[in-house]
Amino acid sequence: MLQTVIIFCLGIMSVALILTFVRLIKGPDLPDRILAMDTLYINGIAVIMLFGLYLDSNLFFEAALLIAVMGFVSTVAIAKHLMRGNIIE
Amino acid sequence: MSESSWVEWVIAALLLIGSLFALIGSIGLVKLPDFFMRLHGPTKATTLGVGALVVGSMLYFSQKSGEPSLHELLITLFLFLTAPVSAHMLAKAAMHEKLRREPRTRGEPWDQ
Amino acid sequence: MSLLKRVLPHPWLSLSMLIGWQLLMNQVSAGSLIMGAILACLIPWMTNVFWPNPPRACRVDRLFLFVCRVLIDIVVANLQVAKLILGPRRELRPAFVLFPLTLEHEFSISVLASTISLTPGTVSADISADRKTLLIHGLDVGDEQALIEHIRRRYEQPLKEVFECSKR
Repeated sequence: MLQTVIIFCLGIMSVALILTFVRLIKGPDLPDRILAMDTLYINGIAVIMLFGLYLDSNLFFEAALLIAVMGFVSTVAIAKHLMRGNIIE
Repeated sequence: MSESSWVEWVIAALLLIGSLFALIGSIGLVKLPDFFMRLHGPTKATTLGVGALVVGSMLYFSQKSGEPSLHELLITLFLFLTAPVSAHMLAKAAMHEKLRREPRTRGEPWDQ
Repeated sequence: MSLLKRVLPHPWLSLSMLIGWQLLMNQVSAGSLIMGAILACLIPWMTNVFWPNPPRACRVDRLFLFVCRVLIDIVVANLQVAKLILGPRRELRPAFVLFPLTLEHEFSISVLASTISLTPGTVSADISADRKTLLIHGLDVGDEQALIEHIRRRYEQPLKEVFECSKR
């Protein structure tokens, strides 16, 4: 039963990823695109966790944690770049 | 109904709730009219969605191996700590860029 | 006391790093405990320069109460935001609200700002240069004054009790 539920959840997450992708392409401004990227990586974490459950493997935890760390740093760096024109002050 | 199937139902419910919340966050991202309103969707719904998914996965691996597997909590903790920070940075960047606001928004943002 | 202060400048940070390391290893063994203890001593010591003066949390029991309340609020808030997002968007009433802060310490202000960002339809957007006013964006604000009162009663007062009790 759990396998079916996981596949269904992966379907829902794909719809969510497509919706964020729509916002990423449509824009209209840079902050919108950064926000879409931010959402995209959080949804990516969700997909990876679901895939790990589907394959019954504990290995995907590190990948999810790394994506969380990298995504946060890049979001803050790009937002900072928009505000000040440079990242490292 | 045995005990393990009971746990399985809880896990399935958590996974469904989590992905539905993530979907709602993305719907908000597409549907809402201006940037500041869009900011609300991902910072809350998506964060809680991933949180619920992570708790479900934690329960699953704990039940499978028979001993508590808590390390997925780190992801939730990290997301809950960082979501307000990135929302704050994005809001500041948007105010700096003087993005278009919905005309009915009351109050004024500050000049950066 | 001073030796302890030099070895462990931030005891709470060290404790949370030790627990975090055990979580990362996903087990509690002698090896991971020793490695965690070494890291928990070294990293706060090496990054000591970057840390602002930590506030003295004098009511730790209240802090736990506060965390539980915020966690419950996050779940309730998410149901509300989900309803707002799925509902008709013509009925939303977005607003920028100025929140006059009564907290004084930078750390407690940032905790309050994060709490506001995580709970019902509000995101803290900016803080004034003199650290006295917080700019909040609300997704659906009916009454600005009621929102300010709500935040003050529910989040700011408990934080004041936890972190700034010595000043009163």
